[in-house]
Amino acid sequence: MTTTVATVDEGTDAPYALSHLDALESEAVHIFREVAGEFERPVILFSGGKDSIVMLHLALKAFAPAPVPFTLLHVDTGHNFPEVLEYRDRAVAQHGLRLHVASVQDYIDSGVLKERPDGTRNPLQTLPLTEKIQAEKFDAVFGGGRRDEEKARAKERVFSLRDEFSQWDPRRQRPELWNLYNGRHAPGEHVRVFPLSNWTELDVWQYIARENIELPEIYFAHEREVFARAGMWLTAGEWGGPKDGETVEKRQVRYRTVGDMSCTGAVDSDAVTLEQVITEIAASRLTERGATRADDKMSEAAMEDRKREGYF
Amino acid sequence: MSTTTTELGLTETTLLRFATAGSVDDGKSTLVGRLLHDSKSILTDQLEAVERASASRGQETPDLALLTDGLRAEREQGITIDVAYRYFATPRRRFILADTPGHVQYTRNMVTGASTAELTVILIDARNGVVEQTRRHAALAALLRVPHVVLAVNKMDLVDYQEPVFAAIAEEFTAYALELGVPEVTAIPISALAGDNVVEPSANMDWYGGPTVLEHLETVPVTHDLSHCHARLPVQYVIRPQSAEHPDYRGYAGQIAAGSFHVGEQITVLPSGRSTKIAGIDLLGKPVDVAWTTQSVTILLEDDIDISRGDLLVPSKDAPPTTQDIEATVCHVADAPLTVGHRVLLKHGTRTVKAIVKDIPSRLTLDDLSLHPHPGQLVANDIGRVKIRAAEPLPVDSYSDSRRTGSFILIDPNDGTTLTAGMVGESFASPEPVKDESEDDGWDF
Repeated sequence: MTTTVATVDEGTDAPYALSHLDALESEAVHIFREVAGEFERPVILFSGGKDSIVMLHLALKAFAPAPVPFTLLHVDTGHNFPEVLEYRDRAVAQHGLRLHVASVQDYIDSGVLKERPDGTRNPLQTLPLTEKIQAEKFDAVFGGGRRDEEKARAKERVFSLRDEFSQWDPRRQRPELWNLYNGRHAPGEHVRVFPLSNWTELDVWQYIARENIELPEIYFAHEREVFARAGMWLTAGEWGGPKDGETVEKRQVRYRTVGDMSCTGAVDSDAVTLEQVITEIAASRLTERGATRADDKMSEAAMEDRKREGYF
Repeated sequence: MSTTTTELGLTETTLLRFATAGSVDDGKSTLVGRLLHDSKSILTDQLEAVERASASRGQETPDLALLTDGLRAEREQGITIDVAYRYFATPRRRFILADTPGHVQYTRNMVTGASTAELTVILIDARNGVVEQTRRHAALAALLRVPHVVLAVNKMDLVDYQEPVFAAIAEEFTAYALELGVPEVTAIPISALAGDNVVEPSANMDWYGGPTVLEHLETVPVTHDLSHCHARLPVQYVIRPQSAEHPDYRGYAGQIAAGSFHVGEQITVLPSGRSTKIAGIDLLGKPVDVAWTTQSVTILLEDDIDISRGDLLVPSKDAPPTTQDIEATVCHVADAPLTVGHRVLLKHGTRTVKAIVKDIPSRLTLDDLSLHPHPGQLVANDIGRVKIRAAEPLPVDSYSDSRRTGSFILIDPNDGTTLTAGMVGESFASPEPVKDESEDDGWDF
C-alpha cells in the first residue's frame, strides 16, 4: 500500500472547468432563481453602491429576457453622495423597476429617531429598514453582504432567517447543505438572502471589469474637498464636517466603499480606470472596511450585536 | 480584459472549495492562519485587530485562531461553534475554505462543510498518529463522497522531522481511508507552527519530494470526466416574458446539477415522463451548443409541454427511476430528535414534498463503524440509516453517482427547521484494493 504523492502540474481542468467568476456568477444566479421560485414578495436592497449594482446585474441576467421579478429598496440615510443617488434613479428608470425608499430623515423629522452626537446615521438605518419590511410584507430581502467582509459575517448563511422583529439569532440559523437552501419561514418572519456570500472584494471588481458594468463616478479618482477624521478622509458637507480644528484640503481621492457620508472614508488614489482600481486593490494591504468604514471598527462584537437587531 | 499583471492579476482562475477537519489541539487554526497569512490574505488591519485582541487577553503572541472565531460566544469560550467560511487567493486559484470544528458533537457542522467541498484536509498530530477522531473524519469524508482527501501530518517539528514517523501514519491512514472507499489520499508532512510544507517547501524534510499543502490545493483537479455522469437539470423557474419582443419565449431555468446537455439532445421530463428535444441553451444571455455542471442555464425545448419548478430534465437514454420509497444514510442536524413516524418535508433538487419517516434501521458510530440496530430515534449529530416514504414519486440518484441529485434535506413542516441531511443509497463506496490514482470514479460535484 503506497500513498499517492501528487505531482504539481498545470492544465488538469480543461475543458469543463468554470473560471472562478463563472462559478460565482452561476451560484448567485441559482440563488436568485431559488428565491423567485419559493417566495411571494422578494426585494433587493439597492443603494447604488458597487455590491448592490453587481446584485442587480446578476438578477437581470438570471431572468433575461423577462424582467426581474423583484422590486428594489433603498434605505436613505439622508447623507448619501449625490452621484450615487443619481446613479440609483437612473438604474431604476433604465430597467423599468420599482423603487421603495425608507428614509432616515423622515424618522428624525418626526422625532421617532434621534440624531447621534457624532452625526453618524448608519446605525439609524435599522428601524426604517425593518418597519418597511413589515409594512410591505417582504418575505425575502436580498443584501449585498459578503462573508469576507467581517468576522461576524463569516458565519452568515446564504439564506438567513429573521424573526418578526427582523432579529438575527445565530443559534436559529439553519445548516446549509449542498445547494439545497431552505427558505421556509412563519408569517411575519422573513429571510435575508446574500447572493454574493462567497465573493471577495477583488471578485466583485474583476466581475465589474469583465461585464463592463458602469459605476458611480466616486469609485474612481477625482479631486475632492476632504478633511481628516479618525484616520479617514471624509467629504466636507452639511452632514457635520469639518468641525473645529479640522481643516479642509483638496485631494485626489476615490472611494472603495460607498455608504453614509459621515462614516465612509476616501483613500488617496490616482486610479481612474477599472484596471487601475483593480491593480490598486490587489496590491492593497488593507481590507476594504478596515480602511474606510468607521462603524466596523467600533468593537469586536459590534457587528454581531447590530446584526441581531436587524441590520443588514 | 487587460493583460496588466498585478500580485493577483486580472486573469480569471479556477475556484476550489475545500474543508478542514481536525481539532484545535491538532493545530488546525494555526494551519488555517498560516495558509491565509503566508498566501498574504491576512491584511494589516486584520492582523492589528488580532494583535490588539490577543494583547487585551494577556496573550503574548497573536492568536491566529482569533482570525476565524467570529462570534462572541466562541471568543468567550475559546471554541468554534459553527462553520466559518474563509476566502483567499493565489495567482493560480481562488479558494473557499469551510472551516469546521473537529469535536465529536459538531459532526453536523463537518457534514455541512464537506457537502460542498471538493477536497478535505484532515489534520493529525504526528505525536499521536491515527486516533479515534481521525477515523471519524475519514469516515465523514468517505460518507460525503469528498473527491480528494489530504492528510496533513502536523507538528513534524516535535518528532524531529523523522520520515519513519510520517510514513507509518500515512500508511495506516491511507489503508483505512481506501477501505472506506475514499478514492485518493495525499499525505503531506507539515509543521503549521514553523511553516514547513504549508506554503513553503520544508528545508527540514528533504526526504519528502511532494507538493506543499498550498501547491496541492492549487493544482488538484476541480473537474472530472463528465462522460461517466448522468446529466441532470432540476428546473428552478420558468421564464416567460410574454412581451412584444418575446411573445412565445418559454425558458426552463436551472443550474445543471450533473453532467452536460447539448442542443438537439432528446430529453425526458420527470416525473411526467414526457419527451422532447433541446432547441436551444441560453447561458446567461449567450446561446451555446453545450453546457455542463455547475452552469446556470435556460433551456428552450422543441415542444410545448407542461413543465414547472420541481421537475427534472434528464437525457431520455439515461433517466433515473422514480420512487416514493427512499433508503438513505442521514446526518441529523437539528436539536430535536428524528423519530420513526415523524412527518416531514423532503427537499430534493428544486422539489419539496411531504414525507414520513418509516423506519430507522440503524445508527452508525463513526469511530469504529459499528451499527446499532433500531435506535428508534436519531439525535443531533447522529449518523444513521433511514427509510422514508415520500408523498410523490421522486427521481433520486444514488449519492455515490451524483452528490447533487442524490442528496436531500428533511424540513420540519411546523417551523421550517432543517432537520436532517440525507444521502441516497449505500453509506460507503465499495473498497477497491488497488486503485489507479488518475481515476476519479465519476463522482459528481
